[in-house]
Amino acid sequence: MKQVKTIAGNVMKTNASKAGCGECQTSCQSACKTSCTVANQKCEK
Amino acid sequence: MVHCFEMLGSSIAIDVYSGCVHVMEKPAYMLTKYYSEAGFEKDGLSEKAMAFCGGFSREALEEAYEEIKELYDGDMLFTEDCYQEIAKNFKKGTVVKALCLHVAHDCNLRCKYCFADEGDYGGKKGLMSLETAKAAIDFVIKNSASRRNIEVDFFGGEPLLNFDVVKETVKYAREQEKLHDKNFRFTITTNGLLLDDEKLAFINENMCNIVLSIDGRKEINDRVRVNVNKKGSYDKIVPVFQKVAESRNQDNYYVRGTFTRYNLDFAKDVLHLADLGFKQISVEPVVAPFEEDYALQYEDIDTICKEYETLAKEYIKRKQEGNGFNFFHFMIDLDQGPCVVKRLSGCGCGCEYMAVTPEGDIYPCHQFAGNEEFKVGNLNDGITNKELTAKFAKTNVYTKPDCANCWAKFYCSGGCVANAQNFNGSIEKPYDLACHLQKKRVECAIAIKAAL
Repeated sequence: MKQVKTIAGNVMKTNASKAGCGECQTSCQSACKTSCTVANQKCEK
Repeated sequence: MVHCFEMLGSSIAIDVYSGCVHVMEKPAYMLTKYYSEAGFEKDGLSEKAMAFCGGFSREALEEAYEEIKELYDGDMLFTEDCYQEIAKNFKKGTVVKALCLHVAHDCNLRCKYCFADEGDYGGKKGLMSLETAKAAIDFVIKNSASRRNIEVDFFGGEPLLNFDVVKETVKYAREQEKLHDKNFRFTITTNGLLLDDEKLAFINENMCNIVLSIDGRKEINDRVRVNVNKKGSYDKIVPVFQKVAESRNQDNYYVRGTFTRYNLDFAKDVLHLADLGFKQISVEPVVAPFEEDYALQYEDIDTICKEYETLAKEYIKRKQEGNGFNFFHFMIDLDQGPCVVKRLSGCGCGCEYMAVTPEGDIYPCHQFAGNEEFKVGNLNDGITNKELTAKFAKTNVYTKPDCANCWAKFYCSGGCVANAQNFNGSIEKPYDLACHLQKKRVECAIAIKAAL
Protein backbone atom coordinates (compact mmCIF):
# COMPACT_ATOMS: atom_id res chain seq x y z
CA MET A 1 0.00 0.00 0.00
CA LYS A 2 1.19 3.47 -0.81
CA GLN A 3 -0.84 5.55 1.56
CA VAL A 4 -1.32 3.24 4.51
CA LYS A 5 1.22 1.62 6.77
CA THR A 6 -0.35 -0.79 9.25
CA ILE A 7 1.61 -0.90 12.50
CA ALA A 8 -0.77 -3.19 14.37
CA GLY A 9 -2.74 -6.04 12.81
CA ASN A 10 -5.99 -7.59 13.88
CA VAL A 11 -4.91 -8.36 17.45
CA MET A 12 -8.37 -8.34 18.95
CA LYS A 13 -9.69 -11.15 16.78
CA THR A 14 -6.49 -13.16 17.14
CA ASN A 15 -6.64 -12.84 20.89
CA ALA A 16 -10.32 -13.75 21.14
CA SER A 17 -9.49 -17.41 20.56
CA LYS A 18 -7.19 -17.71 23.58
CA ALA A 19 -9.04 -15.51 25.94
CA GLY A 20 -8.99 -15.50 29.65
CA CYS A 21 -6.34 -17.87 31.04
CA GLY A 22 -5.74 -15.28 33.77
CA GLU A 23 -2.03 -16.01 34.17
CA CYS A 24 -1.00 -12.48 33.26
CA GLN A 25 0.05 -9.75 35.63
CA THR A 26 -2.58 -7.68 37.38
CA SER A 27 -2.25 -4.29 35.75
CA CYS A 28 -2.47 -2.25 38.91
CA GLN A 29 0.35 -4.18 40.56
CA SER A 30 2.90 -3.29 37.92
CA ALA A 31 3.80 0.32 38.45
CA CYS A 32 0.81 2.49 38.84
CA LYS A 33 -1.46 1.62 41.75
CA THR A 34 -3.71 4.52 40.81
CA SER A 35 -4.65 4.04 37.20
CA CYS A 36 -5.64 1.18 35.02
CA THR A 37 -3.73 0.57 31.83
CA VAL A 38 -3.90 -2.84 30.29
CA ALA A 39 -2.53 -2.13 26.85
CA ASN A 40 1.06 -2.49 27.99
CA GLN A 41 0.49 -5.82 29.68
CA LYS A 42 2.03 -8.89 28.19
CA CYS A 43 0.00 -11.98 27.44
CA GLU A 44 1.49 -15.03 29.15
CA LYS A 45 0.43 -17.48 26.48
CA MET B 1 -15.61 2.56 15.47
CA VAL B 2 -12.52 4.33 14.16
CA HIS B 3 -10.55 6.98 16.03
CA CYS B 4 -8.50 9.36 13.91
CA PHE B 5 -5.90 11.70 15.34
CA GLU B 6 -2.79 13.56 14.28
CA MET B 7 0.23 13.82 16.48
CA LEU B 8 3.96 14.39 16.16
CA GLY B 9 3.75 14.48 12.39
CA SER B 10 1.76 11.25 11.99
CA SER B 11 -1.85 10.84 10.88
CA ILE B 12 -3.22 7.76 12.60
CA ALA B 13 -6.42 5.72 12.46
CA ILE B 14 -7.25 3.20 15.19
CA ASP B 15 -9.84 0.59 14.31
CA VAL B 16 -11.24 -0.07 17.76
CA TYR B 17 -12.84 -3.50 17.30
CA SER B 18 -9.96 -5.13 15.45
CA GLY B 19 -7.17 -3.36 17.31
CA CYS B 20 -5.57 -2.39 14.00
CA VAL B 21 -3.54 0.79 13.91
CA HIS B 22 -2.83 2.47 10.57
CA VAL B 23 -0.46 5.31 9.87
CA MET B 24 -1.77 7.15 6.82
CA GLU B 25 -0.84 9.68 4.21
CA LYS B 26 -3.10 12.72 4.31
CA PRO B 27 -5.61 11.75 1.56
CA ALA B 28 -6.25 8.32 3.09
CA TYR B 29 -6.42 9.88 6.55
CA MET B 30 -8.96 12.50 5.55
CA LEU B 31 -11.07 9.93 3.76
CA THR B 32 -10.95 7.60 6.77
CA LYS B 33 -11.92 10.50 9.00
CA TYR B 34 -14.92 11.19 6.78
CA TYR B 35 -16.01 7.54 6.83
CA SER B 36 -15.53 7.33 10.60
CA GLU B 37 -18.42 9.80 10.86
CA ALA B 38 -20.51 8.97 7.80
CA GLY B 39 -19.88 5.21 7.63
CA PHE B 40 -17.85 3.46 4.97
CA GLU B 41 -19.25 3.76 1.46
CA LYS B 42 -18.80 0.39 -0.21
CA ASP B 43 -20.02 1.53 -3.59
CA GLY B 44 -17.13 3.79 -4.40
CA LEU B 45 -15.77 7.24 -3.84
CA SER B 46 -18.64 9.71 -3.55
CA GLU B 47 -18.66 13.40 -4.43
CA LYS B 48 -19.52 14.15 -0.81
CA ALA B 49 -16.47 12.27 0.44
CA MET B 50 -14.27 14.08 -2.05
CA ALA B 51 -15.72 17.43 -1.03
CA PHE B 52 -14.91 16.64 2.61
CA CYS B 53 -11.32 15.89 1.63
CA GLY B 54 -10.97 19.08 -0.43
CA GLY B 55 -7.48 19.92 -1.56
CA PHE B 56 -6.43 16.50 -2.80
CA SER B 57 -6.50 15.31 -6.39
CA ARG B 58 -9.14 12.80 -7.54
CA GLU B 59 -6.30 10.42 -8.36
CA ALA B 60 -4.88 10.57 -4.84
CA LEU B 61 -8.31 10.07 -3.29
CA GLU B 62 -9.14 7.18 -5.59
CA GLU B 63 -5.90 5.51 -4.63
CA ALA B 64 -6.70 6.14 -0.97
CA TYR B 65 -10.20 4.73 -1.43
CA GLU B 66 -8.88 1.50 -2.93
CA GLU B 67 -6.51 1.01 0.00
CA ILE B 68 -9.21 1.76 2.57
CA LYS B 69 -11.53 -0.70 0.80
CA GLU B 70 -8.83 -3.35 0.93
CA LEU B 71 -8.52 -2.82 4.69
CA TYR B 72 -12.30 -2.91 5.06
CA ASP B 73 -12.55 -6.17 3.09
CA GLY B 74 -9.76 -7.64 5.21
CA ASP B 75 -11.49 -6.83 8.53
CA MET B 76 -8.90 -4.23 9.37
CA LEU B 77 -10.92 -1.04 9.21
CA PHE B 78 -14.52 -0.18 10.10
CA THR B 79 -14.96 -3.58 11.74
CA GLU B 80 -18.06 -4.33 13.77
CA ASP B 81 -18.27 -4.78 17.51
CA CYS B 82 -18.35 -8.52 18.17
CA TYR B 83 -17.40 -8.33 21.85
CA GLN B 84 -20.70 -7.21 23.25
CA GLU B 85 -21.90 -10.81 23.23
CA ILE B 86 -18.77 -12.03 25.00
CA ALA B 87 -19.34 -9.35 27.62
CA LYS B 88 -23.02 -10.25 28.06
CA ASN B 89 -22.04 -13.79 28.92
CA PHE B 90 -19.34 -12.61 31.23
CA LYS B 91 -19.30 -14.98 34.12
CA LYS B 92 -16.01 -14.20 35.67
CA GLY B 93 -15.87 -15.92 39.01
CA THR B 94 -13.89 -14.86 42.04
CA VAL B 95 -10.52 -16.44 41.38
CA VAL B 96 -7.97 -14.49 43.36
CA LYS B 97 -4.56 -14.36 41.71
CA ALA B 98 -3.10 -11.19 43.14
CA LEU B 99 -2.88 -9.71 46.60
CA CYS B 100 -1.86 -6.33 47.81
CA LEU B 101 -0.51 -7.14 51.21
CA HIS B 102 -0.63 -4.14 53.53
CA VAL B 103 2.17 -5.22 55.81
CA ALA B 104 2.36 -1.80 57.44
CA HIS B 105 -0.40 0.69 58.04
CA ASP B 106 2.16 3.20 59.09
CA CYS B 107 4.68 5.31 57.27
CA ASN B 108 7.87 7.25 57.88
CA LEU B 109 6.79 9.94 55.43
CA ARG B 110 3.83 12.31 55.52
CA CYS B 111 3.25 12.87 51.82
CA LYS B 112 0.59 15.51 51.43
CA TYR B 113 -1.36 13.73 48.71
CA CYS B 114 -1.32 10.27 50.29
CA PHE B 115 -4.54 8.41 49.48
CA ALA B 116 -3.78 6.13 52.41
CA ASP B 117 -4.04 8.98 54.92
CA GLU B 118 -0.30 8.87 55.59
CA GLY B 119 -0.30 5.13 55.87
CA ASP B 120 -3.12 4.23 58.21
CA TYR B 121 -6.02 4.38 55.71
CA GLY B 122 -8.08 6.37 58.16
CA GLY B 123 -7.84 3.62 60.77
CA LYS B 124 -5.32 2.80 63.43
CA LYS B 125 -1.64 2.50 62.72
CA GLY B 126 -0.26 -1.00 62.86
CA LEU B 127 1.94 -3.69 61.37
CA MET B 128 0.79 -6.98 59.95
CA SER B 129 1.75 -10.00 62.03
CA LEU B 130 3.52 -12.95 60.41
CA GLU B 131 0.53 -15.10 61.32
CA THR B 132 -1.79 -12.81 59.35
CA ALA B 133 0.63 -12.65 56.40
CA LYS B 134 0.84 -16.45 56.30
CA ALA B 135 -2.95 -16.66 56.43
CA ALA B 136 -3.06 -14.30 53.46
CA ILE B 137 -0.75 -16.63 51.51
CA ASP B 138 -3.00 -19.57 52.43
CA PHE B 139 -6.04 -17.53 51.38
CA VAL B 140 -4.69 -16.73 47.94
CA ILE B 141 -3.57 -20.30 47.33
CA LYS B 142 -6.99 -21.59 48.34
CA ASN B 143 -8.86 -19.07 46.20
CA SER B 144 -6.67 -19.13 43.11
CA ALA B 145 -8.24 -22.29 41.61
CA SER B 146 -6.05 -23.50 38.75
CA ARG B 147 -4.17 -20.20 38.28
CA ARG B 148 -0.51 -20.94 38.68
CA ASN B 149 1.00 -17.46 38.74
CA ILE B 150 0.17 -15.54 41.90
CA GLU B 151 1.30 -12.00 42.59
CA VAL B 152 1.84 -10.51 45.99
CA ASP B 153 2.77 -6.85 46.37
CA PHE B 154 4.14 -5.82 49.72
CA PHE B 155 2.53 -2.48 50.26
CA GLY B 156 1.77 0.00 52.97
CA GLY B 157 2.15 2.57 54.36
CA GLU B 158 5.78 1.74 54.13
CA PRO B 159 6.44 -2.01 53.94
CA LEU B 160 10.08 -1.71 54.98
CA LEU B 161 8.82 -0.82 58.47
CA ASN B 162 7.88 -4.49 58.71
CA PHE B 163 10.60 -6.13 56.68
CA ASP B 164 11.10 -9.17 58.92
CA VAL B 165 7.52 -10.15 58.18
CA VAL B 166 8.13 -9.54 54.47
CA LYS B 167 11.11 -11.93 54.53
CA GLU B 168 9.33 -14.63 56.47
CA THR B 169 6.25 -14.33 54.26
CA VAL B 170 8.35 -14.87 51.16
CA LYS B 171 9.97 -17.89 52.77
CA TYR B 172 6.59 -19.34 53.71
CA ALA B 173 5.14 -18.74 50.25
CA ARG B 174 8.13 -20.43 48.63
CA GLU B 175 7.49 -23.54 50.74
CA GLN B 176 3.79 -23.50 49.97
CA GLU B 177 4.15 -22.93 46.22
CA LYS B 178 5.96 -26.25 45.88
CA LEU B 179 3.17 -28.06 47.68
CA HIS B 180 0.39 -26.48 45.63
CA ASP B 181 2.04 -26.07 42.22
CA LYS B 182 1.94 -22.29 42.31
CA ASN B 183 4.45 -19.68 41.25
CA PHE B 184 4.58 -16.63 43.50
CA ARG B 185 5.80 -13.37 42.04
CA PHE B 186 6.63 -10.78 44.64
CA THR B 187 6.84 -7.05 44.29
CA ILE B 188 7.36 -4.28 46.80
CA THR B 189 6.46 -0.59 46.77
CA THR B 190 8.70 1.58 48.94
CA ASN B 191 9.69 5.16 49.65
CA GLY B 192 13.27 3.92 50.06
CA LEU B 193 14.15 5.61 53.34
CA LEU B 194 14.88 2.32 55.10
CA LEU B 195 16.35 0.55 52.11
CA ASP B 196 19.83 -0.73 53.00
CA ASP B 197 22.17 -3.20 51.29
CA GLU B 198 20.85 -6.18 53.20
CA LYS B 199 17.22 -5.49 52.34
CA LEU B 200 18.15 -4.76 48.75
CA ALA B 201 19.99 -8.06 48.43
CA PHE B 202 16.92 -9.89 49.68
CA ILE B 203 14.61 -7.97 47.37
CA ASN B 204 16.85 -8.57 44.35
CA GLU B 205 16.97 -12.25 45.09
CA ASN B 206 13.26 -12.68 45.66
CA MET B 207 11.20 -10.01 43.98
CA CYS B 208 10.42 -9.55 40.33
CA ASN B 209 9.67 -5.85 40.62
CA ILE B 210 10.34 -3.01 42.99
CA VAL B 211 8.47 0.27 42.81
CA LEU B 212 10.43 3.22 44.17
CA SER B 213 8.56 6.38 45.09
CA ILE B 214 10.07 9.67 43.95
CA ASP B 215 8.31 12.56 42.25
CA GLY B 216 11.08 14.08 40.16
CA ARG B 217 12.95 17.34 40.71
CA LYS B 218 14.13 18.00 44.26
CA GLU B 219 11.88 21.00 44.80
CA ILE B 220 8.86 19.10 43.49
CA ASN B 221 9.55 15.93 45.46
CA ASP B 222 10.40 17.77 48.67
CA ARG B 223 7.37 20.00 48.59
CA VAL B 224 5.11 17.00 49.01
CA ARG B 225 7.14 13.99 50.09
CA VAL B 226 8.20 15.05 53.57
CA ASN B 227 8.83 13.40 56.91
CA VAL B 228 7.23 14.41 60.22
CA ASN B 229 9.75 17.25 60.50
CA LYS B 230 8.75 18.51 57.04
CA LYS B 231 12.08 17.49 55.55
CA GLY B 232 11.92 16.19 52.00
CA SER B 233 13.11 12.71 51.02
CA TYR B 234 14.98 13.55 47.79
CA ASP B 235 18.59 13.79 48.99
CA LYS B 236 18.37 10.57 50.92
CA ILE B 237 16.64 8.42 48.35
CA VAL B 238 18.24 9.42 45.05
CA PRO B 239 21.57 7.64 45.63
CA VAL B 240 19.75 4.64 47.09
CA PHE B 241 17.42 4.37 44.12
CA GLN B 242 20.29 4.75 41.66
CA LYS B 243 21.97 1.85 43.38
CA VAL B 244 18.79 -0.22 43.19
CA ALA B 245 18.41 0.49 39.48
CA GLU B 246 21.98 -0.53 38.71
CA SER B 247 21.83 -3.59 40.93
CA ARG B 248 18.83 -4.79 38.89
CA ASN B 249 20.58 -4.05 35.59
CA GLN B 250 18.19 -1.18 34.90
CA ASP B 251 15.27 -3.56 34.57
CA ASN B 252 12.40 -4.93 36.64
CA TYR B 253 11.95 -1.82 38.72
CA TYR B 254 10.13 1.49 38.41
CA VAL B 255 10.83 4.87 39.86
CA ARG B 256 7.28 5.96 40.39
CA GLY B 257 6.18 9.52 40.88
CA THR B 258 2.98 11.45 41.25
CA PHE B 259 2.38 14.79 39.62
CA THR B 260 -0.04 17.28 41.05
CA ARG B 261 -1.36 20.75 40.26
CA TYR B 262 1.95 22.01 41.71
CA ASN B 263 3.87 20.61 38.74
CA LEU B 264 1.77 20.60 35.63
CA ASP B 265 5.14 20.83 33.85
CA PHE B 266 5.72 17.25 34.97
CA ALA B 267 7.59 16.32 31.77
CA LYS B 268 10.52 18.09 33.41
CA ASP B 269 10.22 15.68 36.33
CA VAL B 270 10.13 12.64 34.10
CA LEU B 271 13.18 13.91 32.21
CA HIS B 272 14.91 14.75 35.47
CA LEU B 273 14.49 11.14 36.56
CA ALA B 274 15.83 10.03 33.19
CA ASP B 275 18.79 12.40 33.63
CA LEU B 276 19.49 10.79 36.99
CA GLY B 277 20.04 7.57 35.04
CA PHE B 278 16.73 5.82 35.60
CA LYS B 279 15.50 3.78 32.65
CA GLN B 280 12.14 2.60 34.00
CA ILE B 281 9.93 5.52 34.91
CA SER B 282 6.29 5.89 35.85
CA VAL B 283 4.88 9.29 36.78
CA GLU B 284 1.16 9.42 37.32
CA PRO B 285 -1.49 12.07 37.85
CA VAL B 286 -2.52 12.56 41.45
CA VAL B 287 -5.99 11.37 42.33
CA ALA B 288 -7.44 13.70 44.92
CA PRO B 289 -10.69 15.45 45.84
CA PHE B 290 -11.15 18.64 43.82
CA GLU B 291 -11.09 20.84 46.93
CA GLU B 292 -7.41 20.06 47.64
CA ASP B 293 -5.10 22.75 46.30
CA TYR B 294 -2.78 20.13 44.75
CA ALA B 295 -5.68 18.31 43.04
CA LEU B 296 -5.94 18.32 39.26
CA GLN B 297 -8.91 20.28 37.91
CA TYR B 298 -10.85 19.98 34.67
CA GLU B 299 -9.38 23.27 33.51
CA ASP B 300 -5.89 21.67 33.69
CA ILE B 301 -6.66 18.99 31.12
CA ASP B 302 -5.39 20.92 28.09
CA THR B 303 -2.16 21.87 29.85
CA ILE B 304 -1.56 18.28 30.96
CA CYS B 305 -2.29 16.90 27.49
CA LYS B 306 0.18 19.35 25.94
CA GLU B 307 2.73 18.29 28.54
CA TYR B 308 2.29 14.62 27.61
CA GLU B 309 2.91 15.58 24.00
CA THR B 310 6.04 17.55 24.94
CA LEU B 311 7.25 14.51 26.82
CA ALA B 312 6.46 12.22 23.90
CA LYS B 313 8.52 14.40 21.57
CA GLU B 314 11.57 14.28 23.84
CA TYR B 315 10.97 10.58 24.47
CA ILE B 316 11.27 9.85 20.76
CA LYS B 317 14.33 12.08 20.43
CA ARG B 318 16.14 10.32 23.25
CA LYS B 319 15.25 6.87 21.92
CA GLN B 320 16.57 7.85 18.50
CA GLU B 321 19.77 9.17 20.04
CA GLY B 322 20.31 5.87 21.84
CA ASN B 323 19.65 7.46 25.21
CA GLY B 324 16.09 6.34 25.67
CA PHE B 325 14.11 5.28 28.71
CA ASN B 326 10.76 3.62 29.28
CA PHE B 327 7.82 5.66 30.48
CA PHE B 328 5.17 3.31 31.85
CA HIS B 329 2.21 5.06 30.26
CA PHE B 330 3.85 5.33 26.86
CA MET B 331 4.50 1.61 26.66
CA ILE B 332 1.96 -0.22 24.58
CA ASP B 333 1.98 -3.69 23.14
CA LEU B 334 0.38 -3.49 19.72
CA ASP B 335 1.40 -6.95 18.53
CA GLN B 336 0.68 -9.30 21.38
CA GLY B 337 -1.21 -7.36 23.98
CA PRO B 338 -3.66 -8.65 26.50
CA CYS B 339 -6.50 -10.94 25.49
CA VAL B 340 -10.09 -9.87 24.99
CA VAL B 341 -11.20 -10.89 28.47
CA LYS B 342 -8.50 -8.74 30.03
CA ARG B 343 -9.26 -5.84 27.73
CA LEU B 344 -12.90 -6.06 28.73
CA SER B 345 -12.44 -6.46 32.45
CA GLY B 346 -9.30 -4.53 33.34
CA CYS B 347 -7.62 -4.60 36.70
CA GLY B 348 -9.61 -7.42 38.25
CA CYS B 349 -10.22 -5.41 41.40
CA GLY B 350 -12.55 -7.22 43.79
CA CYS B 351 -12.42 -10.56 41.99
CA GLU B 352 -8.88 -11.39 40.83
CA TYR B 353 -7.10 -8.79 42.87
CA MET B 354 -7.69 -8.00 46.53
CA ALA B 355 -6.04 -6.14 49.36
CA VAL B 356 -5.44 -7.44 52.88
CA THR B 357 -5.01 -5.07 55.83
CA PRO B 358 -2.80 -5.68 58.90
CA GLU B 359 -5.94 -6.84 60.75
CA GLY B 360 -6.62 -9.44 58.07
CA ASP B 361 -9.60 -7.66 56.54
CA ILE B 362 -10.06 -8.12 52.82
CA TYR B 363 -11.00 -5.29 50.44
CA PRO B 364 -11.49 -5.21 46.65
CA CYS B 365 -8.19 -3.33 46.26
CA HIS B 366 -5.75 -1.17 48.18
CA GLN B 367 -7.72 1.97 47.38
CA PHE B 368 -10.83 0.60 49.09
CA ALA B 369 -8.92 -0.40 52.24
CA GLY B 370 -10.52 1.10 55.30
CA ASN B 371 -13.85 1.74 53.57
CA GLU B 372 -16.08 -0.52 55.68
CA GLU B 373 -18.85 -0.51 53.10
CA PHE B 374 -16.48 -2.30 50.75
CA LYS B 375 -15.02 -4.86 53.12
CA VAL B 376 -15.57 -8.18 51.37
CA GLY B 377 -14.35 -10.51 54.08
CA ASN B 378 -11.47 -11.42 56.35
CA LEU B 379 -8.79 -14.09 56.51
CA ASN B 380 -10.60 -16.08 59.19
CA ASP B 381 -13.90 -16.40 57.36
CA GLY B 382 -12.80 -15.86 53.76
CA ILE B 383 -15.01 -13.90 51.37
CA THR B 384 -18.22 -13.12 53.23
CA ASN B 385 -19.77 -10.45 51.01
CA LYS B 386 -20.16 -12.54 47.89
CA GLU B 387 -22.78 -10.22 46.49
CA LEU B 388 -20.18 -7.47 46.34
CA THR B 389 -17.44 -9.62 44.81
CA ALA B 390 -19.95 -10.84 42.21
CA LYS B 391 -20.70 -7.23 41.35
CA PHE B 392 -17.00 -6.51 40.85
CA ALA B 393 -16.56 -9.69 38.84
CA LYS B 394 -19.20 -8.81 36.31
CA THR B 395 -18.03 -5.23 35.80
CA ASN B 396 -16.57 -4.68 32.36
CA VAL B 397 -16.44 -1.98 29.70
CA TYR B 398 -19.90 -2.92 28.45
CA THR B 399 -21.51 -2.47 31.87
CA LYS B 400 -20.22 1.12 31.95
CA PRO B 401 -22.42 3.38 29.83
CA ASP B 402 -19.73 6.06 29.53
CA CYS B 403 -17.35 3.54 27.93
CA ALA B 404 -19.76 2.47 25.18
CA ASN B 405 -18.75 5.15 22.70
CA CYS B 406 -15.17 5.55 23.83
CA TRP B 407 -12.47 4.53 21.37
CA ALA B 408 -9.97 3.87 24.17
CA LYS B 409 -12.03 1.29 26.06
CA PHE B 410 -9.87 -1.68 25.07
CA TYR B 411 -6.69 0.12 26.10
CA CYS B 412 -7.81 1.16 29.57
CA SER B 413 -10.53 -1.46 30.20
CA GLY B 414 -12.88 0.96 31.84
CA GLY B 415 -10.46 2.73 34.14
CA CYS B 416 -9.89 2.54 37.86
CA VAL B 417 -12.91 1.18 39.68
CA ALA B 418 -11.94 2.78 42.99
CA ASN B 419 -11.66 6.19 41.36
CA ALA B 420 -15.09 5.66 39.82
CA GLN B 421 -16.55 4.89 43.22
CA ASN B 422 -14.77 7.73 44.99
CA PHE B 423 -15.67 10.43 42.49
CA ASN B 424 -19.03 9.28 41.20
CA GLY B 425 -20.38 6.92 43.83
CA SER B 426 -20.55 4.00 41.40
CA ILE B 427 -18.02 1.44 40.22
CA GLU B 428 -19.71 1.67 36.82
CA LYS B 429 -19.15 5.38 36.27
CA PRO B 430 -15.53 6.18 35.44
CA TYR B 431 -13.72 9.24 36.77
CA ASP B 432 -13.68 11.14 33.52
CA LEU B 433 -10.84 13.54 34.26
CA ALA B 434 -8.63 10.45 34.31
CA CYS B 435 -10.31 9.27 31.07
CA HIS B 436 -9.20 12.44 29.26
CA LEU B 437 -5.61 11.91 30.38
CA GLN B 438 -5.68 8.20 29.64
CA LYS B 439 -6.84 8.85 26.08
CA LYS B 440 -4.07 11.35 25.54
CA ARG B 441 -1.48 8.88 26.86
CA VAL B 442 -2.71 6.16 24.52
CA GLU B 443 -2.51 8.57 21.59
CA CYS B 444 1.04 9.50 22.62
CA ALA B 445 2.01 5.84 22.99
CA ILE B 446 0.73 5.03 19.51
CA ALA B 447 2.27 8.15 17.94
CA ILE B 448 5.59 7.09 19.49
CA LYS B 449 5.24 3.64 17.90
CA ALA B 450 4.51 5.33 14.57
CA ALA B 451 7.58 7.53 14.88
CA LEU B 452 10.09 4.90 15.95
